[in-house]
Amino acid sequence: MGFLSSTVGRKILMAITGFLLLTFLCIHLLGNSFIYLGWINAYGERLHSMPPVVWAARIGMVILLAVHIFFGIKLTLENNAARPQAYAVKKNVRATFAGRTMIWTGLLIAAFLIYHLLHFTLRMTNPEISSGIDAMGRLDVFKMIVLSFKNILISGAYIAALIAVGLHIFHGIQSVVQTIGLNSDKTLPCVESTGRGIAFILFLGYASIPLVIIFGLLNFKG
Amino acid sequence: MDLKLYVWRQKGPDSPGKLEQFTAKNISPDMSFLEMLDEVNEELVKEGKETIAFDHDCREGICGTCSQVINGIPHGGQDKTTVCQLHMRKFKDGDSIYIEPWRAKAFPLVKDLIVDRSALDRIIQAGGYVSNHTGGSPDGNAILIPKPDAEVSMDAAECIGCGGCVAACPNGSAMLFTAAKVTQLAMLPQGKVEAAQRVCVMTEQMLKEGFGNCSNHYECQDACPKGIKVSFIAKLNREFIKASVK
Repeated sequence: MGFLSSTVGRKILMAITGFLLLTFLCIHLLGNSFIYLGWINAYGERLHSMPPVVWAARIGMVILLAVHIFFGIKLTLENNAARPQAYAVKKNVRATFAGRTMIWTGLLIAAFLIYHLLHFTLRMTNPEISSGIDAMGRLDVFKMIVLSFKNILISGAYIAALIAVGLHIFHGIQSVVQTIGLNSDKTLPCVESTGRGIAFILFLGYASIPLVIIFGLLNFKG
Repeated sequence: MDLKLYVWRQKGPDSPGKLEQFTAKNISPDMSFLEMLDEVNEELVKEGKETIAFDHDCREGICGTCSQVINGIPHGGQDKTTVCQLHMRKFKDGDSIYIEPWRAKAFPLVKDLIVDRSALDRIIQAGGYVSNHTGGSPDGNAILIPKPDAEVSMDAAECIGCGGCVAACPNGSAMLFTAAKVTQLAMLPQGKVEAAQRVCVMTEQMLKEGFGNCSNHYECQDACPKGIKVSFIAKLNREFIKASVK
């Protein structure tokens, strides 16, 4: 039997792709945090001065997402088919809301990702604020972000999507460790709480940007 | 005490089923859950009605035959307890109790609360054995097994194959059962010989039977009447990785 048709093989594939996507989330947050230091325009320019790196990352991400989404949907359909008749009464003692809604938070993240790319990468949704040039002739990423998040609807959509991301990795991180076989009775509680902590920190890190902009703590000068 | 029961009634595999209401009267708190159902059945016999069909055998918590989801939890939710060892003192006078069979595609319903769990036997048949010739009884200490390994193997061997893990799993997966069987053998020198093949064929059979995939909810661990831990699933995953890179 092939790795990809095995229930454990596919689970490992979900774990590896999920872990790599999580790594991207961490790097992306690190990049975003340059906004607090005023380096975001320089960071954007530096990043885009290396097209091979950017394109390699993009292609890698597309492959990771395709695999993660394809098997995520396939496994969920199989799991739903494994219990054709639902219980009249079913109590979950241990399973979390985050764990049971992985497919829905996953699909929400995928839908949000399309909007996110149209918004900040392709700059198609708000062209009027997305093509400014700063004093040094660079693309004004700072202005684009601040003016975008001053719009309460855009900020709201981002924070809602971040809740989905947070929930997804709330279950995902400990799940990765268990799937690659690194858990024992002793490590499980620690792995679970560390995973949940990381999910919360990532959520706070990402959500802080629209929040400080809405509350006027980070403003566009000029 | 008096209780209101909502019991799943279904004449056969293809008949429609529904929850039927019964009243269990004058139930002693010292009765086991199955004895309470015996009482209800006796009343049904007196009334000339068909009794509630349910699985049971040893009634001392070691055979894994009794299988009921009680108020939404397999085996009723008392820690490390099978239905037969659940006592009515856990309930209060006037309680409503919902009783349903294990629900999984791989466990076709036979009648009322009885399901066919042969799928678990077929997972064992696929690889849950040692086929190398082990000869007669070896001399004591001829095969050295570290005490901690023997303990883990014995803990895994506690699985009684009731299927409560499947019933509890939101995905209807039999991964905890399979992991217990894989670990039990993989911890011992005699079982190591076929460990790589075993983990592959047993998990393959699990999927073939129509069980779902494990997605680490750990609902199984809490439902298990024998305290089988999800760390065995991590062990199964390690065995699978070892088998894949071999």
